[in-house]
Amino acid sequence: MNFQHTEDRRMLADTLNRFVTEQYRFDTRDRIARSVQGFSSDLWNRFAELGVIGALFDEADGGFGGGGFDIAVVFESLGRGLVVEPFLDTLIVGRAIALSGNDAQRATLGALIDGSRIVALAHGEPDSHYELSRVTTRAQRSGDMWQLNGAKAVVQHGEHASHFLVSARTAGADDAQEGVTLFLVPRDAKGVGVRGYRKIDGGRAAEVTFDNVTLGGDALLGAAGVGFATLEYAIGCGVLALCAEALGAMDVAKDHTLDYLRTRKQFGVPIGSFQALQHRMADLLLEIEQARSAVINAAAALGAERRVRERALSAAKYSIGRIGTRVAEECIQLHGGIGMTWELPLAHYAKRLVMIDHQLGDEDHHLERFVALGAA
Amino acid sequence: MARTGPLSAHSDTEQPAMDLNFTPEEEAFRADVLAFLRDRLPQRLADKVHGGRRLTRDDMAEWHAILNAQGWLANHWPKEYGGPDWNSVQKFIFENECALAGAPRVVPFGVNMLGPVLIKYGSEAQKRHWLPRILDGSDWWCQGYSEPGAGSDLASVKTSAVRGIDAQGEHYIVNGQKTWTTLGHYANMIFCLVRTATDVRKQEGISFLLIDMNTPGVEVRPIITLDGEHEVNEVFFTDVRVPTANLVGEENKGWTYAKYLLTYERTNIAGVGFSVAAFNCLRNIAAKQRRNGKPLAQDPAFAARMARVEIDLENMKTTNLRVIAAVAGGGVPGAESSMLKIRGTEIRQEISSLTRRAMGQYAQPFVEEALHDGFEGTPVGPDEAASAASLYFNNRKLSIFGGSNEIQKNIISKMILGL
Repeated sequence: MNFQHTEDRRMLADTLNRFVTEQYRFDTRDRIARSVQGFSSDLWNRFAELGVIGALFDEADGGFGGGGFDIAVVFESLGRGLVVEPFLDTLIVGRAIALSGNDAQRATLGALIDGSRIVALAHGEPDSHYELSRVTTRAQRSGDMWQLNGAKAVVQHGEHASHFLVSARTAGADDAQEGVTLFLVPRDAKGVGVRGYRKIDGGRAAEVTFDNVTLGGDALLGAAGVGFATLEYAIGCGVLALCAEALGAMDVAKDHTLDYLRTRKQFGVPIGSFQALQHRMADLLLEIEQARSAVINAAAALGAERRVRERALSAAKYSIGRIGTRVAEECIQLHGGIGMTWELPLAHYAKRLVMIDHQLGDEDHHLERFVALGAA
Repeated sequence: MARTGPLSAHSDTEQPAMDLNFTPEEEAFRADVLAFLRDRLPQRLADKVHGGRRLTRDDMAEWHAILNAQGWLANHWPKEYGGPDWNSVQKFIFENECALAGAPRVVPFGVNMLGPVLIKYGSEAQKRHWLPRILDGSDWWCQGYSEPGAGSDLASVKTSAVRGIDAQGEHYIVNGQKTWTTLGHYANMIFCLVRTATDVRKQEGISFLLIDMNTPGVEVRPIITLDGEHEVNEVFFTDVRVPTANLVGEENKGWTYAKYLLTYERTNIAGVGFSVAAFNCLRNIAAKQRRNGKPLAQDPAFAARMARVEIDLENMKTTNLRVIAAVAGGGVPGAESSMLKIRGTEIRQEISSLTRRAMGQYAQPFVEEALHDGFEGTPVGPDEAASAASLYFNNRKLSIFGGSNEIQKNIISKMILGL
């Protein structure tokens, strides 16, 4: 039993935390998050130069990390700074390519890791509501070619990705795990439609449509019809990343709120001297420590067999969803009126925490999934 | 490829990584504990504990004797006083495996509470006299802390001890009342917080006194709890004569010793082992009970309730291990144990609540005799029905005793949050 990170990971966290604190201050972040592009190419390149993306991948894939705790350490730091650059989708798409890509596809990993190629997961659909196997975007084979038709919802940084990882149905019922096929689709392919918009917690996303998009066999990631396992694994990496990101954001939200309780005076005393507020804060602390344990459990399980891994991931995402939302709501309430303002960084941490519950499955989705995986 | 960037400059030497598994040495220790429990824990006792039936004084004494013969009874004591010299991880493993196996709980008052206080603050004569008697069961200790007017505000104890001298020597005369005295009706000795000074700050006028319950003037009256059980008592003191040799440490320093006792050993305060055992039991029940023609475990509403507590418990296991790892060097967990206490007891209460719910209408019958030895009647409803509701009501105590969960939140606010 050991709850200390390796020297390497502690160094990674220290370096990244310092970089985020110095280079990704709140005013910078706010400007980036509201910008037309929705992220900063300059900072993205500097993160890549620092090696942050490489830490998310195995040595065999051109990185120098890739373990569950590497992902957790990186995203916890990113969460502390509310970083909006496209780390999450780079992780998910990159891990899918690393797991199932052919040599040509794997050769693109270097460009993901050095930041020069931006990719996005185009999986969720307008009616899928987090359900992992519900895929109605269709791909039909004609000879050596495939024709892609369908719509994908809330693709992160969809306007700026050069390639999408698209899940499409090539066989089976709309919600069957069998018959899901993965494609790597260039954004500039004919028939790809992208409608971008801002997100409430900063940055941008897009609705992406495929209208008779014609793809060659080289666009297939893995074999036809058996993409679900790859998708589940890659999204699992993303779930862990979101959980760790939320943990970093929660720690900062807690610290800001504690500062406020110590300094804000009403009735002639700091409001932190009131027991009603102290007990709410003690509850938050306790919940955040439980969330930290959930992230540790999920990171430790990332390399385990499927059922153990997915159960730990769903347990963590459920915990983070429930606790993150509670931390967000309580921190706003404990700040009172000022907590409602755009100018207060805390408000943005609160928005991010609540929105994390809307990515890759919310609290209810993962609780149900945890039950189903236990019964299987 | 892209092996650039300062972060990629990592060392090539093997580094210990985060690892939730026990080490091979810890696993070997666990195997020893399991072998011991398999060989020495009487099946009759395990059945009673798993079945939620009530243990007698003899049951508890029997288990103490078995542990003592193994040298594992006082597992928090240093070796020189008869302890096994375990570290906090070993204690955690032992306590968890005992709970999972259905071992009776060690009665904590002598072994886990008074023992460490005597070892740290007692005189040589007190250690030589009292410690061996705790181990061999010569004395059964109970705790005289709470009073009717001193619950959460423990430092306001009023039971008075007035120093005097007579033909038999120096002594205190004790008058007052203690309450919530767990298993006081089995005890022959009680350690008490008594007031020896009134003209000082309330914490500075308290002394720690050992009182023989067979002394004239001591009276024990039962308190029957809402589940019908006789577990706690009131203890009255009327002009009770206590030799000054029974004062622990210095007069008026008792509050220091009292606090030490309360924080000394809290590796098991979360009761993770009890929760896992209770959850396993709940899982079995939910597989057998039916709703809408299906096992309760497949009922979406009930399955969701179970999953919530199961996830909370999985997180708690890791939280508990994190605290233990942090003190593995031999330290004592501080305010972190308040977090373990709050959430640990909430989880235990939720599991007993679900077990009660799982019984459906059969939570209602109160067949008290089915909870005692020698019941040969036909159970009403499912086997577990007799104890489900009474255990649920009994477990409401968890968030009240040992410093209520609200007091624990005060401690967290002050010690961790700095509010």
